[in-house]
Amino acid sequence: MSTAYKVQINRKWCKNCGICLAFCPKNVFSFDEKKKLQIVNEIQCSGCLMCEKRCPDMCMKIIREEE
Amino acid sequence: MAKYELLQGNQACALGALKAGVEFCAGYPITPASEVMEILAEKLPETGGRFIQMEDEIAGMGAIIGASVMGKKVLTPTSGPGFDLKQENLAFAAMAEIPCVVVNVQRSGPSTGGATISAQGDLMQAKYGTSGDSPRIVLYPNSVKEIYGTTITAFNLAEKYMTPVILLMDETIGHMRENVCLDEFDNVEIINRKFPDVAPENYHPYEPDETGIVKLAPFANGKGYRYVINGMHHTIDGMPSLTPENIYKTISRINDKVERYKEDIWQWEEQQTEDADIIIFAAGCVSRSASEAVKQLRAAGHKVGLFRPISIWPFPDEPLAKAIKNAKMVLVAEMNRGQLIHKVKEIATDNLKVVPLNIYDGTVIMPEHIIQSIKEAAK
Amino acid sequence: MSYLDYIKEKQFPLFTCAGCTHGTVTNTFLRVADELKLDKENTVIVCAIGCAGRIPTFLDFNVLRVTHGRALAFATGVKLSRPDVKVIVFMGDGDAVAIGGNHFIHAARRNIDITAIISHNEIYGMTGGQYAPTTLQGFKATTAPYGMIEPAFDVCELAKGAGSTYVARSDVYHINHLHKVMKNALTHKGFSTLEVITSCPTQFGRRNKMADPIKLVERIRDITVTQTAAEKMSVEELKDKIVIGEFVKTERPELTEIYEEKLGKLRKN
Repeated sequence: MSTAYKVQINRKWCKNCGICLAFCPKNVFSFDEKKKLQIVNEIQCSGCLMCEKRCPDMCMKIIREEE
Repeated sequence: MAKYELLQGNQACALGALKAGVEFCAGYPITPASEVMEILAEKLPETGGRFIQMEDEIAGMGAIIGASVMGKKVLTPTSGPGFDLKQENLAFAAMAEIPCVVVNVQRSGPSTGGATISAQGDLMQAKYGTSGDSPRIVLYPNSVKEIYGTTITAFNLAEKYMTPVILLMDETIGHMRENVCLDEFDNVEIINRKFPDVAPENYHPYEPDETGIVKLAPFANGKGYRYVINGMHHTIDGMPSLTPENIYKTISRINDKVERYKEDIWQWEEQQTEDADIIIFAAGCVSRSASEAVKQLRAAGHKVGLFRPISIWPFPDEPLAKAIKNAKMVLVAEMNRGQLIHKVKEIATDNLKVVPLNIYDGTVIMPEHIIQSIKEAAK
Repeated sequence: MSYLDYIKEKQFPLFTCAGCTHGTVTNTFLRVADELKLDKENTVIVCAIGCAGRIPTFLDFNVLRVTHGRALAFATGVKLSRPDVKVIVFMGDGDAVAIGGNHFIHAARRNIDITAIISHNEIYGMTGGQYAPTTLQGFKATTAPYGMIEPAFDVCELAKGAGSTYVARSDVYHINHLHKVMKNALTHKGFSTLEVITSCPTQFGRRNKMADPIKLVERIRDITVTQTAAEKMSVEELKDKIVIGEFVKTERPELTEIYEEKLGKLRKN
C-alpha cells in the first residue's frame, strides 16, 4: 500500500503569492504565464505540509489518500 | 438616628462608586484626584473587586475599558494633564459603547498648571476633547454630599446608556470636607447592564432594538455570545467597515442615544428664578458662592436667581431657556476665560444681556465678586 | 475540529496583500489553537491597529480591537477582572515597541498571564511604509528615504530585561519551529512574549528591491540562525543575523495569582 496526497487550493482565498511554490521540496507547483498558481506535479507530493502551514491565506489543503 | 460623617469630596466619590457597585478601578497618580484611587485600592479587595495602578493615564483608561468589556462596573480618576491622556481611550469607549466612569477633579491648567489650584478649565474639553463627533454625559456636583449621589448617577447612566460618563469636580470640592448624612442613599436605585435578550445565533451586538441602546454581552459570558468590539467604524457585528452606510449608522447611534434621552439625563438646580430679573449661571464650586450672592442680593431687594447645571453635557438648554425667559440679564460666572457662556449665548434671546465673570488666577469666585459684577453690569 | 473552525470563514479572504506573512502567523496560531483545543468562549483576543492588529477580527473568538499600542493595557483590565479567562494579544512591532512600548515593559514586569504575539515586519504597512523601531539600519522606508539611520530594537532583549517569563523568537520560514514556540508561549503561565519575523512585500519589499513575496521569505530564511548555530558563531558572523529560539523560560509568581493570594483574604462575605 502506498500513500498519495491530494493537493487542494482554495481559489477564492489564494492570492498567488507563490510562497507554497518557492519552498516546496518536490516542485509540486508552478506559475502559469499569468502568474497564477498551478498544481503541476501532485504525484510527487510527500505530504510535508510546508505549503499548508506557511500559506498566509490558509488556502492550501493536503489530503492523505491510502491506495 | 441619622448618622453624619465628615467626608472629603474625593472620599465621597470613592464611597459613592462602591455604593454604585464599582468592581474595577485602574489609574495613575495625579493631584488633586489621587485620593479616589487610594481609597478604592484599599476598599476594592474587600468587595471582591480589583484595583491596579497602571504605568500611565492612557493605560488606566484602557484597563478599565478592558474590565468593562468583561461586564464589570469601572472607574478611573484623573485630573488636568491626565485628563488629556484619557481622551484617546475615552473616544474608544464612546465609539465602542463601553460603559465607564471617568472622574476629573479639575486643577488649573494648561499643562502642569497648578496641581492644587482650583479651576474650571475642562468644561469644554470634557465634551469636545476627542477627535470625531462623540457623545458625552458630564456631571458636575457642587458639594461633598452631591458628589456621593452624582457618582452613583454616573455609574447608572453609563450602564443604562452604554457610554462613558465623566464626573467633573473642582479641586476645591474634591479636597473639601463636609459633614454629610448618607442615610438617604440607603435605597438609591442602582442600574445594572442589560444582557442581550435574543438567542446567540440571532445576536448582532451593534444592532439595538427600538430603544436605540445596544446590549453588549460581557465577553466570556459562557452563553455563546461571541463577537468583535472595535474602535473602527463597524458593522452590526462589530466588524471593521468603512461603507458610508455603516459610518453614518455608527456615528448617529452613539450620539443620538444621548440626545434622545437627554431629559432623563438632565439635572439642574434653580434658586428663585421664577421672578428673577437677573440670573446667575454657575456650576461646581462657583454655584455655592452664587447661592450666597443670591441670598445677599435678595435681602437687599434685588430680584436675583440662580441656575446651576448639574449635568453640563448634554447641556440643559431647554430648562435654561425656560428659566431665563423673563430675565433681563444672565451673569455667567466661571473660573476660566469663558466656556459655558458660549452655550448660554446660544440660548439667550437678543434682548437678554449675557455678562461674563471670569476669574482664572487660581482663587475661587466669591459671593462679593458676583455681587460686584452684577452691580457693575446693572449700572 | 479543523484549524479553520477558529475563523469566520464568511469574512475571508483576508484583507492582507498577496504574500503578507502576518497571515502565516495567523495560520500557525489557528493550528496551535486547534491542537490545544482553545476554548473560544473563554478566550479573549486583544489587538489594536495596523495590519497585524486587524487580522484577529477575522478569528472566531471574543475579540477586542482597541487603540494603537494600547492592546496590553486593555488586556490587563480583561485579565485582572477575569483571571479565569485566557488572554492573547496580537500586535505589530509598532504597536508593541513604539507607541505601546510602555505598556509592553510593564505587562512583562507584572508577569500577568497574557501571551503577546508580536509580528515584526520592520515597517508600518497600513500607513504606507514608514520606518519602525525594528527596521534594520540601511533599509528604506517612506520616512527613511536615504535608509534607516537609527539602531533597531531587539524586542526579545527588551522583553527579557522587563521581566517576561517566557521569551522566544521565531519566523515564518521556520514554520515548525514557529509552531513549537507558539505552543510553548500559549501554554506558559505568566507573561509570554513571542516575536515572529514576518514580511511585508508591499511596503517594505517594494522599497528594498524585494517586491516579490518569495524574496522576502528567502531573506528571512537566510538571515535567521538558530540559537545552537549562533553559539558557534563569532560576533562578526552574527552581525546581520537574527537569532531564533527560546531565550527565557522561567517561573515567577503571576500577577492575578499574587493578587488573590495577598488580597483574596480581605474579601468579606
